[in-house]
Amino acid sequence: MIEAGHFLACLSLTLSLGLAYAGLRGDRGLAGRLAFGLFAALGLSFLTLINAFLTSDFSVELVAKNSHTLKPLLYKFAGTWGNHEGSMALWCLVMAGFAAAGAQWMRSGRPDFEARALGVQGLLTSGALAYLLFASSPFLRLDQPPLQGADLNPLLQDPALAAHPPMLYLGYVGYSFVFAMAAAGLMEGRIDRVWARSVRPWAMAAFVPLTLGIGLGSYWAYYELGWGGWWFWDPVENASLMPWLVGAAFLHSVVVTEKRDSLRAWTALLAVMAFCFSILGAFLVRSGLLTSVHAFAVDPTRGALLLAGLLAYGGGALGLFALRAPHLQGGAPHLMVSREGALIGNNLVLSVATLTVLLGTLFPLVAEAFGQALSVGEPYFNLTFTPIMAVALIALPVVQAWSWGKADWTLVWRWALGFLAVVGAFMLAGVALWEIPLLSGAGFALGVWLVFGAAREIWRRAGRVDRLWRFPARVWGMTLAHAGLGVFTLGAVGETALRFHTTLALAEGQSVEVAGWTVQLDDVEAIEGPNWYADRASLTVSRAGETVLLQPQKRIYPAARMPTTETAIHSFGTSDLYLALGDRRTGEGAARWTFEIFINPMISLVYWGVCLIGLGGVLSLLPRRGSGADGGRAAG
Amino acid sequence: MVVRTRNHDAVVWTFCRHYIGPVMRARTKRLYAVAGASLLVLSSLALAFIALGQRADLFYTPQMLVERGQPEAGRRIRLGGFVQAGSVDYGAGAEMFFTVEDGSEATVRVTYTGITPDLFREGQGVVATGRFEAGADLFKAEQILAKHDENYQPRELRDLSAAPAS
Repeated sequence: MIEAGHFLACLSLTLSLGLAYAGLRGDRGLAGRLAFGLFAALGLSFLTLINAFLTSDFSVELVAKNSHTLKPLLYKFAGTWGNHEGSMALWCLVMAGFAAAGAQWMRSGRPDFEARALGVQGLLTSGALAYLLFASSPFLRLDQPPLQGADLNPLLQDPALAAHPPMLYLGYVGYSFVFAMAAAGLMEGRIDRVWARSVRPWAMAAFVPLTLGIGLGSYWAYYELGWGGWWFWDPVENASLMPWLVGAAFLHSVVVTEKRDSLRAWTALLAVMAFCFSILGAFLVRSGLLTSVHAFAVDPTRGALLLAGLLAYGGGALGLFALRAPHLQGGAPHLMVSREGALIGNNLVLSVATLTVLLGTLFPLVAEAFGQALSVGEPYFNLTFTPIMAVALIALPVVQAWSWGKADWTLVWRWALGFLAVVGAFMLAGVALWEIPLLSGAGFALGVWLVFGAAREIWRRAGRVDRLWRFPARVWGMTLAHAGLGVFTLGAVGETALRFHTTLALAEGQSVEVAGWTVQLDDVEAIEGPNWYADRASLTVSRAGETVLLQPQKRIYPAARMPTTETAIHSFGTSDLYLALGDRRTGEGAARWTFEIFINPMISLVYWGVCLIGLGGVLSLLPRRGSGADGGRAAG
Repeated sequence: MVVRTRNHDAVVWTFCRHYIGPVMRARTKRLYAVAGASLLVLSSLALAFIALGQRADLFYTPQMLVERGQPEAGRRIRLGGFVQAGSVDYGAGAEMFFTVEDGSEATVRVTYTGITPDLFREGQGVVATGRFEAGADLFKAEQILAKHDENYQPRELRDLSAAPAS
């Protein structure tokens, strides 16, 4: 079976090389057919891999190393991509999928351009496939198959993490197609309004899953690591944040190119950079160069190959860009106080923010080269990333009302006064009522300001209630995404400022008062699951009129010889009461169990915000009402 | 004198308004925009480098603390080494104490309140993030990383792994 998969993957490499050749020569029809063939062959090949995992075929090295017969079916399935080789196979499959989707749905009316984009995508896929087949093949057999597998890393045996890699890869790899379209546009020297209109949906199709994928990963870290937090400024997290920031910048600058035919060189550059940051992310995650709590499938020798790929693709595209950029001037003139100016400002802030994340992520490597081991964590990012983004968020409601070309500057003073009033009110209320620091009050004000700004903007455009429903989905998409940013900000500030955290050591039957809740440890019992056993604590947690039973666990996965923490979470409103079970301590008196207890106010707003941003993206992908022919492919 | 100067100013002003003005204004505006943008970029970069200098968590082993001296109180650092066998103690509440060693003479006593990582054990590698308080030799840890799984070591400890796990 797996040999068939191996053969199909080799066939895919041939097909993708053919796709590169046909595409770059400009044969749109042949390139399209090859893209479909590539996707079909690679899809079948991936199915054989899934089959090997589902049937626990331990003669396949990858399965023997990463699976176990007792593992639940979902994790056998998801285990396919829960390891380096399998995840690279998924990476290739998504790349081929984007080639096929592009062949089917690209609508620029320019066959030459489309053929070239498919060709570049074929080139990228060939590289990834070569890396898969020659440096990290998932199709290898073992001479002497073991009777039992070594099991998947138990931290990864989790529903959120089953869905997280495919989502994230749709995002990361989705930018490969944006990259391909940018390279094709640069080859032709035609980065213009038609190009921008045909690229935008693909950039959105990458941005939405990337957003949701990061959200899923963060949610997983929140409840699975047992640290109570949802973002640790870990290198692996930063690696996914950087393409997201560049992708967000691109979505804003491509609008300028689409509507006003300007910012062309910059938009093309961002399209190239988004994918470069994706490969950089893969390199940082896989090479093990940086210390990470998410360390996953680390192998330094493979890192070198990824770095070579990054240099080859990135260097090639940037060289092409350098050749063409001088010819990409033009577009409608505008003043700085205009929608163009606002979007340039957005891009400036997002680029600088990306740069600070990059600096913070790579600085430990530089320092290490000079013999000083160090790590860069939250304090650095709080001092750099946060204020820079805050500037953009404060400006957003004001500048999104600006019109193209030249905007009315006089209203800015009213906006500024309004903002100061909101901030002042929240700071006062924060200090007087909620007893939080001034800056947190300002943070809340910022969240409310953004939600208000989004509502204000769509109301300004509509003017009447019945017009609200006639807007193109794109306007609603933008509004939802910007409101989602506000909701996210509220959640992030609330969780950071109002979080309550303490550690308890309780004997069975003992109870304590914590932040208005009574926590009583009833008992701790030993339980067994399909491929693990655990200590499970039962705690009765109550406050006026509310009693819940929470059962955090500490699991041991014998096959992987590894313990994990299973937290118990009680959600009330937008807040969470979060319990993690620690170790058993014996000493004088009865044995005591330690617990971490977190009260995380407004935490669910963080995830609702991310979902809103994703939903906004999906909405803006919907076609314009009543314009089915919008940029449609010319018949024949 | 005064009148002549005024006249002179008026002439210059008229000239500017009619000939240089439009050009200058467009140029000045672009200049302002570029200056504003570079100011933002440069100040952010300056901020970033200052933050890197002050807020990066330097890594120390017990021996390095002896060689380089204890960092100023309140400065967040990462302390790495091995948990000395038999050194783990528990307080009356949830706090715990242990000693970190690195194979040299030097050791550091650490206190931590919280649940320890799943693979925290005596003799195992550990990296504690935290600070020394003023006038104290006790290291107050805020976060503890131990091995992530059986195969993974915190990166800083790889060089130390030759040390005796006493």
